[in-house]
Amino acid sequence: MDPKSLRYASTHEWARLEGDICTIGITPFAVEQLTDVIYIELPDVGDHVFAGDSFGEIESVKAVSDLFSPVNGEVIEVNDKLVDDPSRITADPLGKGWLIKVKTEPGTTLDHLLTWEQYEKQIASQGH
Amino acid sequence: MALRTPLYDWHTAHHGRMVEFAGWLMPLQYSRITDEHQAVRTAAGVFDISHMGRIWIAGPEALDLVQLVYTNNAATLRDGQVRYGLVCNVEGGIRDDVLVYRFGERYLMVVNAANREKILGWLIQHGSGRPVEISDQTGPTAMLAVQGPCAVERCQGLTTVDAAGLRYYHAAVGEYRGKPCLVSRTGYTGEDGLELIVDAALATQVWEEVLARGAQPCGLGARDTLRLEAALPLYGHELSEEIDPFQAGLGWAVKFDKGDFIGRDALLRRRDDERRRRVGLVLEGKRIARDGASVWRDGREIGTVTSGTFAPTVQRAIALAYVEPAGTAVGTEVEVDVRGQRERAKVVALPFYRRARS
Repeated sequence: MDPKSLRYASTHEWARLEGDICTIGITPFAVEQLTDVIYIELPDVGDHVFAGDSFGEIESVKAVSDLFSPVNGEVIEVNDKLVDDPSRITADPLGKGWLIKVKTEPGTTLDHLLTWEQYEKQIASQGH
Repeated sequence: MALRTPLYDWHTAHHGRMVEFAGWLMPLQYSRITDEHQAVRTAAGVFDISHMGRIWIAGPEALDLVQLVYTNNAATLRDGQVRYGLVCNVEGGIRDDVLVYRFGERYLMVVNAANREKILGWLIQHGSGRPVEISDQTGPTAMLAVQGPCAVERCQGLTTVDAAGLRYYHAAVGEYRGKPCLVSRTGYTGEDGLELIVDAALATQVWEEVLARGAQPCGLGARDTLRLEAALPLYGHELSEEIDPFQAGLGWAVKFDKGDFIGRDALLRRRDDERRRRVGLVLEGKRIARDGASVWRDGREIGTVTSGTFAPTVQRAIALAYVEPAGTAVGTEVEVDVRGQRERAKVVALPFYRRARS
């Protein structure tokens, strides 16, 4: 996946909108910061997620982080393979390591999220 | 401004993820915490522990001062022996947990980084008017822990001290590159290993030499998962001025028969009190119960978690907690509130991990 084709939240989630389906994951930077991922909790299919609200959590040896949804919508698919083996997220966070797919409300855009360039600038200022 | 150990530049040049711990900038990890953990369990790892306080007590009444502030018995230490104990306040609360080393009539007290100034002040306060010299040697020296089943063998010949000949909880003074050094068979990981104190100017040299001998650099992250599996308490989590040694399961380090010491009267009163005691918990699921999580039994809150992690060797989420007497028996089923969700857990015998002794 070309990182430039995705949009980013300042809380390190990425989003891709195809039609009204939004795929959500977390960035390689976030994965690198977590290093030892041991547990990922994701919502169930049919649950509603809300922009800016937590939809799950990702736990590493050192810390637990909330996962924030960049959009409103209904969960239509969950990456169960990650729940079974959370270490999978480290291999391909922008591709096979996606977290959930959400059916968004009509008129949803990702314009409120950061572009790749803007997100890169943010993580550079975090000292990495 | 956070303090830096003599190895700070090495850490930052080698991808050490630096965090502030007890007023020091320390490496949390260089690679994955679980990989560093496994290196120590299976071979050898090396930690920069220069943040630990190193306070020397000398003079004709050095032993008397140590005995006054320390719960264990320093009078029965042989030359070169090392012993764990507590420093308590008059109410019996724990001011610090320390190692005391005896070298002739001099004593070395290794204290927690967070408590260095507090303990130094305590020693100076109680040593005033006595013929004792108290010297904080933390700054002029560096301290390394080389830990793991291969640690001792890989350090053989590193200094003039015969590492393999050192007995567990014994220490010897020798030389490294012509400068005095101290080597002890001690550690905080549940594995065999050594701790070395060297001149600060030689810190990078000895560190790199230990790496060349096959030890993997390890950070505070792995130090925490290793000590938790071994159920070793950490000051600020399991230990505080509000907790006494009996609650913490450290009653074995309190010797009432050695004579008077600060906190003795209070501890004699408190030792059999019915109150919360330290236990180990293994969680059923993978979510981690961290410091502050509440422990429940039959719909009633009975305790609090003080440390928790995912234990890489045990492969379970584990925690240390203080719980009321009714919940301390091994096998007791409890629930832990992990961020608003109850998780099932069981009280287990400590430690969670014990190395196979050869």
